[in-house]
Amino acid sequence: MRPFELMEHTADIGVRAFGSSEKEVFQNAAAGMFSLIVDPGLVRDVEGFSVKAEAEDHEGLLVAWLNELLYLQDSRDLLLKRFEIGRLGETTLEAMVFGEPVDPGRHKLMSDIKAATYHMLKLEHSSGGWTAEVIFDV
Amino acid sequence: MSDVRKQGARQIAHLREISPWCWEIPQTGEMRVPGRVFSDSEFVTRAGQENALEQVANVACLPGIEMASMAMPDIHWGYGFAIGGVAAFRLKDGIISPGGVGYDIACGVRLIRSNLVASEMEKAVPGLVHELSRSVPAGVGRHGDVRLGHRELDSLMTKGVPWLISQGYGWPDDIEAIEDGGVLDGANPELISPRARERGFAQSGTLGAGNHFLEVQRVEQIFDEAAAWAFGIFSGQLCIMVHSGSRGLGHQVCTEYVKTMGSAAARAGINLPDRQLACAPINSPEGRDYYAAMACAVNFARGNRQVMTHLVRQSCEHIFKSSAEKLGLDLVYDVSHNVAKFEEHETPGGRKILCIHRKGATRSFPAGHAGIPEKYRAVGQPVIVPGDMGTASYLLKGTSTAMAQSFGSTCHGAGRVMGRRAAKRAIQGHELKARLEAQGITISAGRTSTLAEEAPEAYKDIDKVVEVCHQAGLSKKVARLRPMGVVKG
Repeated sequence: MRPFELMEHTADIGVRAFGSSEKEVFQNAAAGMFSLIVDPGLVRDVEGFSVKAEAEDHEGLLVAWLNELLYLQDSRDLLLKRFEIGRLGETTLEAMVFGEPVDPGRHKLMSDIKAATYHMLKLEHSSGGWTAEVIFDV
Repeated sequence: MSDVRKQGARQIAHLREISPWCWEIPQTGEMRVPGRVFSDSEFVTRAGQENALEQVANVACLPGIEMASMAMPDIHWGYGFAIGGVAAFRLKDGIISPGGVGYDIACGVRLIRSNLVASEMEKAVPGLVHELSRSVPAGVGRHGDVRLGHRELDSLMTKGVPWLISQGYGWPDDIEAIEDGGVLDGANPELISPRARERGFAQSGTLGAGNHFLEVQRVEQIFDEAAAWAFGIFSGQLCIMVHSGSRGLGHQVCTEYVKTMGSAAARAGINLPDRQLACAPINSPEGRDYYAAMACAVNFARGNRQVMTHLVRQSCEHIFKSSAEKLGLDLVYDVSHNVAKFEEHETPGGRKILCIHRKGATRSFPAGHAGIPEKYRAVGQPVIVPGDMGTASYLLKGTSTAMAQSFGSTCHGAGRVMGRRAAKRAIQGHELKARLEAQGITISAGRTSTLAEEAPEAYKDIDKVVEVCHQAGLSKKVARLRPMGVVKG
């Protein structure tokens, strides 16, 4: 199964992520989001950071998780490439994420993602597994 | 698809032209007012195809909306609210919505004039573009050289541009050439979370990426001599335009309030056609807090453009070997095109203070309005509309028609027609750069693929968008400016 694919809209861009579990679809959505920012092949996972997110429901939690990662990236000047969700509850999640500080010499940054939005947000479970769709404000 | 959204889709089939340049989405279903799109038939058809009209209809379902849910001709699909949207809400029963302002709070444009005749300066433009790209931090996540402490950031967020000028970043005359005199009142920095601060500290005075730019332009055509004269603009003049926003600080404020207002809307019994339309009553703790936090981000965004103006002046002094004062580098005006503001407007029920949301729309106040600088009061507010880097930008003036029909609003830019990835597939960044350079436009871009995303082909024809506003009377053309040099993130 592909981890994610990109979806396009006129002004912005989204990610459709897949996973055999809900944790995996959250992780793949994060990987998809960071693939819009930088080629993941250029990023090393040299540092780990713990991340917590909370929201009122699972869809909201997906948005909160992605926005938490954007905050981490922007405030610490990081690029992230590996995402491991330890605990995914009804309204909270805890994860470790790995990456490295931006190195302008090595990392060619592609997009400035402002936020993950709730617009046309989807998180679905079927016999084929989990699918999530998130649109970003770029 | 929710019921409300289905209703929205049906209403679009009934779209009708109610006057030249104005189309109405009739009020049906959950809509509290009709939708109204200022457009020609081409733009309105395109908006329908990409569901932006449905978004206009969805906004019409929100409580306390006055007159109509509106869209300007540069309308395109957004999240929740369409881009190019204008919506006014009553204080007593209306809402305020962070999604109706957008993530890039107070994203906007300012125009700096000069005394210089562009044709005499052509040889200096490449050097100026290089100097600007060196001195103004641009690009994804790039940090600024102006680092603020907590107390300084608080001062900027509450006291706005006048405070920055007291710190040496600009001239006293700049203050009146910014909407609200450079400071939106009601800002409360206690409502700015540590996270928003962290995202803001490093980015003050930076341009950012995406569609933001710094351009050296030549005034190519004057449409209204008297207004141009009042704005200090002459044919063939060299000007500099800055397009930027509130960077990570604004993004974080919007992110946090969209989240908290989802539950606030539910508590207030508001049925949201789209979760991204999250909102709260204006007179609720969440509504008041959002406004006070948004005002911080507005002041921060204008502060960024002010710091960049300071850097532009320094760069020009260096290149043209003269003082910024002698070069006449005055600020013509600074407009914010993503903002919610309390303004007094005429309504069928008399004059009222309304909360005007402009998401990708520019204020367009007429001659005589107390809200515009005294020096422009005989003419109208300068409206600055940035175009794409290969075509043109415009300087317009505000009108009384806009005041009567669109809550004093007009368009904000060309509006995209092509997705970013589609643009990258269709256009090679280096070919685009070569093509623009062959047209005599110097380009400095952090990355050529980012350049392709912003290619002229990815946007609507700015001349047509501005013409529709001109014909509809929402703003009148004053001058067309052509890029000579572009700095992109």
